[in-house]
Amino acid sequence: MDLLIRFVAAAVAAGTPLLYGTLGEIMTEKAGHLNLGVEGMMSVGACAGFLAGYYTDSFALALLAAFAAAAASALIYGVLTVTFMANQNVTGLTLTIFGIGLSNFIGILALGRSESGTLKLPEGITAQMRGAGLPGLKDIPVAGQLLFSYNAFVYIGAVIAVLLFIYFSKTKSGLNLQAVGHNPGAADAAGIPVTRYKYISILIGGGICGIGGAYCAMIINGGVWVSNNVGGLGWIAVALVIFANWKPLNAIGGSLVFGALRILKFYVPKSVLPLPNAFYDMMPFLITALILVAASMRKKQNLSLPGNLGNHYFREER
Amino acid sequence: MPHLMEKASADTGSAVQDTQDQSGRNAIECKGITKRFGTVVANDHIDLTVRYGEVLALLGENGSGKTTLMNMLSGIYHPDEGVILVDGQEAAINSPVDAMDMGIGMIYQHFRLVDVFSAMENIVLGTKEKRLRNKELKERISGLCQSFGLEIQPEKRVFEMSVSEKQTVEILKVLYRGTRILILDEPTAVLTPQETQKLFQILRKMKEQGCAVIIITHKLHEVLEISDRVTILRKGKSIDTVRTAETDEKKLTELMVGKAVSLEIDRPPVNHKSPILKVVNLTVKKPDGTKAIDDISFEIRKGEILGVAGVAGSGQKELCEAIAGLMKIEKGAILYEKENIIGKTPAEIIQMGISMSFVPEDRLGMGLVASMDMVENMMLKSYKKGKGPFVDRKPARELANRLVDKLGIVTPGVDTPVRLLSGGNVQKVLLGREIESCPNLLITAYPVRGLDINSSYTIYDLLNEQKKKDVAVIFIGEDLDVLLELSDVIMVLCHGRITGFLDARKATKEQVGLYMTGAFSQEVAQ
Repeated sequence: MDLLIRFVAAAVAAGTPLLYGTLGEIMTEKAGHLNLGVEGMMSVGACAGFLAGYYTDSFALALLAAFAAAAASALIYGVLTVTFMANQNVTGLTLTIFGIGLSNFIGILALGRSESGTLKLPEGITAQMRGAGLPGLKDIPVAGQLLFSYNAFVYIGAVIAVLLFIYFSKTKSGLNLQAVGHNPGAADAAGIPVTRYKYISILIGGGICGIGGAYCAMIINGGVWVSNNVGGLGWIAVALVIFANWKPLNAIGGSLVFGALRILKFYVPKSVLPLPNAFYDMMPFLITALILVAASMRKKQNLSLPGNLGNHYFREER
Repeated sequence: MPHLMEKASADTGSAVQDTQDQSGRNAIECKGITKRFGTVVANDHIDLTVRYGEVLALLGENGSGKTTLMNMLSGIYHPDEGVILVDGQEAAINSPVDAMDMGIGMIYQHFRLVDVFSAMENIVLGTKEKRLRNKELKERISGLCQSFGLEIQPEKRVFEMSVSEKQTVEILKVLYRGTRILILDEPTAVLTPQETQKLFQILRKMKEQGCAVIIITHKLHEVLEISDRVTILRKGKSIDTVRTAETDEKKLTELMVGKAVSLEIDRPPVNHKSPILKVVNLTVKKPDGTKAIDDISFEIRKGEILGVAGVAGSGQKELCEAIAGLMKIEKGAILYEKENIIGKTPAEIIQMGISMSFVPEDRLGMGLVASMDMVENMMLKSYKKGKGPFVDRKPARELANRLVDKLGIVTPGVDTPVRLLSGGNVQKVLLGREIESCPNLLITAYPVRGLDINSSYTIYDLLNEQKKKDVAVIFIGEDLDVLLELSDVIMVLCHGRITGFLDARKATKEQVGLYMTGAFSQEVAQ
């Protein structure tokens, strides 16, 4: 029982960066733009968030920096694909390569300038992150550990998911955004400012991805900077969008499942199931591949899939 | 904008009053409108006026600039020269929103609807008021429906709708926004005759209520039926505006084409008795598992034109593909000269003398490779004849040149990619190539799709020429008048089933239209 609770808690923690990446990509794809640069935007957010936290010792500023930096990198994608109508796949892939490289480069620069040769977040900010769990509630047996024991990122992520759900399904602006993603020609003819919607959605989506990156840099390695700290999570997030069927609330469940897969190796005793660790490391990617295969075999018309995903829109095109 | 909303809603009466007083006043005046695309002048100093309380038809051949002109009124394009006056005031229409704010609504040939949204969601999409409760919204919509005689299910999603229902949603969309000037781009191209009549009823109602309506159509009899005045465009210029009551089909054609054209279609008699192709209990499934063709049987004789009528998506495409060997056949047999061709590869079927030309909505999707030139497209069917690993372009080039001369294809040269040719010329290339392969059975779907009168008649002549050579022709068409004049037998499809076989010499358009909507004929029922 205790093991199970610890397993669930660890799965939540491991799934959180995936949740951010997935939510950010859902936001972007709702506007009809497939941004394969999630990994890169997360890396940029990781670097900016970590360094802002390191130098200012403020969690809020770290979040803000991660969001802003990743949104800025998403702006590159936006300008290229919305305004100049470049190929979305190529632009996204390039953004990934660029983002990872930039993040590692700045990290190494910062490492070189530090006296100890390592970068570790100061105590103040780690306390701020941990302090999110409500005091008292944490000590309730079982529920306390399952619901109230996490760092601030987890709760913020859940709130963002709910907010996006309300935005997409209840607001007029959310309806307009989905019209843009499904049929920009129809949206344009209905008087919706297509370009503005696309930019805003790409920027906010990128920013959300960036917070997920900050989680990777600030939590996963115990507050110590390492290179390549996002480590492929961005790619899983892209696939999770399909798994979640473009629904923000499903993204919570999806990221939990994949979080569990990532930490499974620590919780299955070798004596019971003698599998090498590499097998578990492979699992998320294998399942991602299986999901993509299953998704492509779906025959019914999928109502959630933005119909115009991946295509650019030019009003005067004939 | 908000006050227009109110008008459109509960008390449509007062809005009607407002516009009725204006009846006869100019709604839109275009003066010297010019629009260029690169070096091509699409609109060359066009003048056009439409008044409140009238229906103006805009008539012209393909590429005469009708749609371009309308796109400038709806804010998609911006004119290079000239002024547009709306309600007597000079107007700068820079976007669809501007057009909407001025009360101009456009219904495009290809609907601008979000498929996965409901009718209601599509109607309110992009309006600036706050999100309404569903109940309130439904009341508003049903109010509009009542005053204009429309019918709609507000909760139904667009992808589940028929073409006619989609059009109703488009009309409601513009009415909801308080439109007083309505532009329709070829609205009847996809409708059955009955649906067309329904649309015309709605347009007449709008006219009564003082709206201005501009309608673009190729069909002359529709122009004569619905419009009050006709403006004719030719090669980007406005040629003339005439009162409908004082003109007829012949005069309009002459204005449009620039010379007298005979509107008769020839129909040589059929001399053969024995069938060349027999389809028995054919069933074909779509990729999603539903039946595209449901247990149909028919036959066609040598030297006969079998016309296939039906609303778009009734199984025409699947029928073509099944015969051409491109689709898996679920059940049944296709006998060509008494030999079953099911299971044969497309190449083997072509070898046997069956040839297909399908012109899809985008006109390029099947049969031709858009970015290749004419010579290369000819070679798609003949490359196997060459010896050795290298291709021989010479015969293909000769063939291409011959087609250009014979069919009067307008192209800078046989080396120009076919995508740069105009729609009519692309279709001539496709049909020409299929005919040149000397088939015994020619399947042609929508060969005159979107073509103007002149080009259409060239194609009808081509088909008749084949018929005289004892080629059997399956002609899948949209225009019922043409089907009735050109074919010998008409087969009507509805939801993948045959709903009627008619002798084209005796059948009427109304009969065919009725079968298209699914009413079974006596013979078939028995």
